[in-house]
Amino acid sequence: MIKVDKITLGVIQAGLQQVCDEMDLSFSRSAFSPVISEANDRSNGIYSAINGSLISQGYNGLPVFVGTMEYSTSEIIRLIKEEKVEKPYPGDIYIVNDPYLGGTHLMDVRFAKPYFRNNKICFWLSNTGHWPDIGGSVPGGFSASANSVEQEGLRLPPVKLFKKGILDKEIYSIICSNIRISEQRIGDVKAQEAALLVGEERLNHLFNKFGDKLIHNSIEELRKSGSNQMKSFINQIPNGIYKSKAYVDSDGIKNVPLEINLEVKKQKDKLIFDLSKSSLPCIGPMNSVFATTKSSIYLAMRHIFPEVAINGGAFEPLEIRRPSGTFLDAVYPRPVSGCAAEVSQRIAEAVFLAFVNVLKHRITAAPAGTSGNFALGGFNDLKDGNFVMYQLSGGGYGGNSLNDGISNGCSTIGISKAPPVEIMEQKFPVLYNHYSIHDKSSGAGEFRGGFGLDYEIEILCKEATASFVMDHGRFGPPGVLGGTDGGKNKVKIKRKNKKDYVPEHLSKEQDLRLKKGDKVQIQTPGGGGFGNPKKRKKHLIINDILEEKLSRKDALKIYGKKII
Amino acid sequence: MVQIKDNLVGIDVGGTFTDLICFDSKSKSYNFTKVFTSAKNQSQGVLNAIDKASINLKKQDLIIHGTTTTTNALLERKISKTALITTKGFRDVLELGRRTRPFPYGLIADFKPLIPRNLRFEVEERIDFQGNVLKKLNESELLKILKKIKELNCDSIVIHFLHSYANSYHEVKAKNLILKNWPNKYITAGHEILSESREFERGVTASINASVQPILENYIYDLQQRLKSNGYKKELLVMNGNGGTVSSKIVSKEAAKTVMSGPASGVIAATYVSKLSKVKNIITYDMGGTSTDVSLVVNNKPAVSSETEIEYSMPVHVPMVDVRTIGAGGGSIAKINEAGLLEVGPESSGSDPGPICYGNGGKNPTISDANFLLGRLNPKSLNIKENDKIKEDTELILKNKISVKLKLNNYQSAEAILKIANNKMANAIRMVSISVGEDPREFSLFSFGGAGPMHACELARELDIPKVFIPARPGLTNALGCLVADLRQDFTQTLNTSLEETNIKNLHSILEKFRSDGVSLIKKQKVEIEKFYIEFSLDMQFLGQTHIIKIPLKDAKPSKNFINKEFENVYFKRFKVKLEKILPVIVNINVSVIGKRKELDLKKLINFTKSEKISYRKVYFNGKWHKTPTYLRENLFPKFKKTGPAIIEQLDTTIVIHPKDNFFVDDFGNIIIEIYND
Repeated sequence: MIKVDKITLGVIQAGLQQVCDEMDLSFSRSAFSPVISEANDRSNGIYSAINGSLISQGYNGLPVFVGTMEYSTSEIIRLIKEEKVEKPYPGDIYIVNDPYLGGTHLMDVRFAKPYFRNNKICFWLSNTGHWPDIGGSVPGGFSASANSVEQEGLRLPPVKLFKKGILDKEIYSIICSNIRISEQRIGDVKAQEAALLVGEERLNHLFNKFGDKLIHNSIEELRKSGSNQMKSFINQIPNGIYKSKAYVDSDGIKNVPLEINLEVKKQKDKLIFDLSKSSLPCIGPMNSVFATTKSSIYLAMRHIFPEVAINGGAFEPLEIRRPSGTFLDAVYPRPVSGCAAEVSQRIAEAVFLAFVNVLKHRITAAPAGTSGNFALGGFNDLKDGNFVMYQLSGGGYGGNSLNDGISNGCSTIGISKAPPVEIMEQKFPVLYNHYSIHDKSSGAGEFRGGFGLDYEIEILCKEATASFVMDHGRFGPPGVLGGTDGGKNKVKIKRKNKKDYVPEHLSKEQDLRLKKGDKVQIQTPGGGGFGNPKKRKKHLIINDILEEKLSRKDALKIYGKKII
Repeated sequence: MVQIKDNLVGIDVGGTFTDLICFDSKSKSYNFTKVFTSAKNQSQGVLNAIDKASINLKKQDLIIHGTTTTTNALLERKISKTALITTKGFRDVLELGRRTRPFPYGLIADFKPLIPRNLRFEVEERIDFQGNVLKKLNESELLKILKKIKELNCDSIVIHFLHSYANSYHEVKAKNLILKNWPNKYITAGHEILSESREFERGVTASINASVQPILENYIYDLQQRLKSNGYKKELLVMNGNGGTVSSKIVSKEAAKTVMSGPASGVIAATYVSKLSKVKNIITYDMGGTSTDVSLVVNNKPAVSSETEIEYSMPVHVPMVDVRTIGAGGGSIAKINEAGLLEVGPESSGSDPGPICYGNGGKNPTISDANFLLGRLNPKSLNIKENDKIKEDTELILKNKISVKLKLNNYQSAEAILKIANNKMANAIRMVSISVGEDPREFSLFSFGGAGPMHACELARELDIPKVFIPARPGLTNALGCLVADLRQDFTQTLNTSLEETNIKNLHSILEKFRSDGVSLIKKQKVEIEKFYIEFSLDMQFLGQTHIIKIPLKDAKPSKNFINKEFENVYFKRFKVKLEKILPVIVNINVSVIGKRKELDLKKLINFTKSEKISYRKVYFNGKWHKTPTYLRENLFPKFKKTGPAIIEQLDTTIVIHPKDNFFVDDFGNIIIEIYND
């Protein structure tokens, strides 16, 4: 093999990245659903034709998809080889959302398209888009108490939705008959297809410019350099064993916490992740498929080392042992709708906690780490139609060695903005009574955590049904290096002439019936504190008091400083 | 009334330099100057420029001014002490934002809201999304808050109530009440500056307005006094971010609109100049010391966006020329990363110490250093005294930090730095153009700024752009933008009803009202208008979406049928899909009123002089040194033609033309480079 010079290598790396970034942009720009067009709940990438390993992925893709498409592409390649899936022709696009074949939850629908050159498959192009609904018992799919995947929605094995460039209307009509608000889906399907076509066109351009041989050699070199880059970063971690634990409140059905038990061994140029001592598979939907478990570790490592290029090589030094028999390696028919939004964030939290002592300048105390999913649905008599509303919310980020955590930051695994109150009130029969800082939710420390969000909505239509899938209701996000934990997630239902109701599972509940005038208050977690609170600088304490974020009493109690 | 036979002065204040262009109507000639910007009070620099250019202010008829006073105040957070009064329960909206973080990866972040929590107050009142009053404004509570605000010595106030775009009654009422009990006029009601839903964006935009208003007002007052005492008594116009100008008398009322006006004036000049040369589609490429500004001009119309974000979580949702900033400039630092690959930026050496070749103690190799070593940057332009020493330093640092690791010689690695930097800029420019649905290959690259013309040829080659356009005065483009800008007023109102339920008469009357408001506002300013242009448009979406697309209208009386058809067409053109079963919704109504000024004759922007003498210098291209002819810009008359390599020097920039690229000078003195592609 000819060695590619470093400059050309840099240009080709940027070129491959550009292909994926353009696919991301194309997908978002033309999608119908706000969840893709505005919240960017999607990702695009290029994968090896031999084993599906990641060649490049868009920078603005949703972080939790960083490792899942690699997995799912490798499964498609395997199934084609085993003749369990139809052989690909140019122009074909497979659709798949099976969580057990390298997925997340059922709403994340993956498209995969073989990229042909000289009559041979050269790469796979793949993307994932979050569909607003995929059928199942709960509108939107975030079930808090499903006990099998069938209740969670329509499950698609890899099938060709496009055959030689033409949409298969029969398969499409089966899909549409099984999902809600299906008339809008064609807008997303076209966008998802268009993104792959853009990728194909840009790849052609890249090949024509540099030639096949140079591109293939470069990809091999880039894999090696990606691996070297990750190695040079992880070598900042001394050899040894790093342990941590993180807890999911409950599985939504049985009210006991699920434990993520992480043991990482740093050895030579490698990190070996062992999760085998984690809790057993659960009955409710808080199981994680292995693809999501792996991806959660990848994305946590990228949060720690954001400089690392996204290609399969970067993941090579991370050996993730399959945690068979635990809730982090779910097999059919275990329900999994909570894995992408919640369990993934607990896994990332465990990774942060394991390394924070040795990477103090790169890791924060635990962030809120929940997507804060509150779904409300029903019949809106004011507009004479059905509605499904989601309110996603952020929480406080952890304090860190430089500054306090930010308030109402996005989930660790996402990059999605929350819609404004005014838009929510325009679209849904609700009235917000407040939208403010979650008082006292910040974990104390030399640098304190950010604040969670506190909001209350009042139901304006006759009846509605609420579901909650959140986390950190039982324990707040942990503080580190002497810092205290952030405030917990709280859900409270206020009804006229009745006692306030708090869900038994604290952060999870499904099909709660509400009436006009009922109020739902949500308080999201604050970030953990970083370092000993006694070391917090006086001017920061004074400023917090001035801004009514800290009482004088607490200043004395927590920080040991009397401020008059 | 000011006409084109009058004398005009355009003055633009930039980060480092204050630029001036003066048009003399008698001789139809131009006078230029460049002085250092006076950071503390920009008006001093303005006066210095006027002085240096020996301009007799008594003889001038119109001064048009671009200032970065408000932009700098915001970025450096040197803003007025501002209090917020908002709906009970919502004072933290400004701090909570939209549930974001600055980058997809990395959780270490910092964010400080414009107005701290102790200056954010809540008053009882509530209006719903349809404009119904749910809770009356509690006036006695408001007065109590006002008393507190006075005690805190605030300079200005923002009133920001939920759904004020649907019903401004409470905001107006609160403002009138405050006016009676407040010592100045620095009160911004949210709906006045932006009548659009999204409480975070509207609230931040209004807060920006209030917190820079006193600063802009003081600045303009001071400047006017100074101009007056030097004999100037006529109109002073100020550039807005939308690329239009407004009278200094009313500019501070909507101070937020002056934010980011610097880059806008560059785009306005580029549009003007390229239109005269009959070039329709350009990508403006303004490369400076720390960053590069890029914008798309399609059919001689600059793109305008109402969704600019000044920095992380600081949206300013007023119409602005859509200029995107790329983190690469002359000072961008080159390094070898952990993967062993060469990387350029995003870190920058800034202005202090700056690149190594500036001789101020820079310790990191930058893009400018690469240009310097390859003979592209003229050492004389750097005002360097100890040339040899600086060259030695640059060579040594480059060798140790880059060349040794890449196993290249210094010239090869300098060229590699430029290659990586151009590649990065090209990719970013592609993203900008495809994000608005355009293919860069159908554009000319309009290159200006101090560093732009040095990189333009290679950048165009990367982008498959066939032509590069370099205006007569690349380093004075922003000042020229001031000179040629039109007067402009923009209006937006949220409607938020499905097309089916829309009261079409109401829609027509809103369009008509905005039109007449705009025309009368512009007429009040003492500037002659040749013609009014009115742009009517609607922001629309399908029911269930949150993103919007702009539907242009022909006039103020569109029928529902017309709107529906146009929406279908525009939607299909962009998304390639028809969604017949879903209801279209009108989100916003927009009107822009543009008062067009008479055309300026730009032929004398360069005072051409004859010279037969050509000097040569060694310049490194494609791995070897070329003996390269070096011209002075003023010696290149219209119709001059040549093939590269060539270097063209002028006061404000250096133009680098690569081997095999053809170039010629057009009738206006612009240089057009045809990019060679094999």
